[in-house]
Amino acid sequence: MEYKDYYAVMGVAKDAGQDEIKRAYRKLARKYHPDVSSEPDAEDRFKEVGEAYEVLKDPEKRAAYDQLGANWKAGQDFKAPPDWDGGFEFKGGDFTGGDAEHFSDFFESLFGQREFHGGYSGRSTRGFNARGEDAFAKVVIDLEDVFTGAKKAVTLTHREIDADGRPVTKDRTLNVRIPKGIRQGQHIRLAKQGNPGLGDGESGDLLLEVQFKPHPRYRAEGKNIFLDLPVAPWEAALGATVEVPTPGGSVDLKIPAGSSGGQKLRLKGRGIPAASPGDLYAVLQIALPKADSDAVRDAYRALEKAAQLEPSKQTGGG
Amino acid sequence: MMATDNRTRTLAGEIFEEDVDLSLADLCRLFRLPAEHVMELVEEGIAEPSGNDPAQLRFRRISVKRVRCALHLQRDLGVNTAGAALAVELLEELERLRARLQRLDG
Repeated sequence: MEYKDYYAVMGVAKDAGQDEIKRAYRKLARKYHPDVSSEPDAEDRFKEVGEAYEVLKDPEKRAAYDQLGANWKAGQDFKAPPDWDGGFEFKGGDFTGGDAEHFSDFFESLFGQREFHGGYSGRSTRGFNARGEDAFAKVVIDLEDVFTGAKKAVTLTHREIDADGRPVTKDRTLNVRIPKGIRQGQHIRLAKQGNPGLGDGESGDLLLEVQFKPHPRYRAEGKNIFLDLPVAPWEAALGATVEVPTPGGSVDLKIPAGSSGGQKLRLKGRGIPAASPGDLYAVLQIALPKADSDAVRDAYRALEKAAQLEPSKQTGGG
Repeated sequence: MMATDNRTRTLAGEIFEEDVDLSLADLCRLFRLPAEHVMELVEEGIAEPSGNDPAQLRFRRISVKRVRCALHLQRDLGVNTAGAALAVELLEELERLRARLQRLDG
């Protein structure tokens, strides 16, 4: 396993005071909180920061961590020395608990195990049945998946206690059929795939929050989809019928004469499918022909004479 | 620990938000929260149920996302309920603006 430099994670010096560490934590927690942050690796960073703070906020754990020595480098292969924590007392140490189950193997090799041993006695309670907890996770899918009801392999990581009472990380992969018409931010419910129940209690449900992968062509907003549609100036000015790609297949779209750039044309019912499906909006983008030949340059000059348009003089004034 | 091996079969998911509305008890069960805590979130407008009598309250499932977000903020950042409500509203506004910006940027 790799050594973790908790001071580097928190961006503080090794002799930072407890107040400074707390301030650094608060700041980083706000920055990387998965519900708040738009950073792509927010969730991993948030867990890392939480783990570092768990150790550094507690003078006992911090002292024990410090005496591992200053010569370790982040990422270096690490094995806890035997009896490394001799003379330190963490028992009953105050764990924030929040996401303790996501702490790294490095953390657990130092501080983790006795806590898990202690906390896992509930199973032996006889005759007690309770439904398991519902579990939450995120799943990233393609926009097209909600049109076809595609199958998707979803890998989830969870912690289990093995036969020796040690926490181990396990992956499980579920093949999930994406329900047609699901939208960004909604949840796919998989019955009884959450945490196991106690006794005869059944497992909880698994709720997967749907997030769409950014698509090069489409943008989803609620049940509507937006698409930029480049058209030639004469198509916008004179009207035309053009083929438009949609996630459900290509369709012909009639562009009315006198259309302009930025104008939205609605294709009813071509958005995300549902009992009342969303719409698809084609946003017109005027593509100007390059003046890279005499013929095109002449045509521009002819248009200049005929149209007599000086748009820069029409700005301002309101 | 997981009862069944799911590798071989495909699980049919359903859209959670399109199911019937949740009762107060359902929401408490979902988040392992006492009713008082849920009612605190209601008072701050984080969840907006229909009905008046606690037994008759019905929560739209879309509020599950807001409630979960608020609970995470309370737990992880130490904000109080009013602060969490404010943050949830600002985050939703931010999401709307980001989507709009993305649309304009193309």
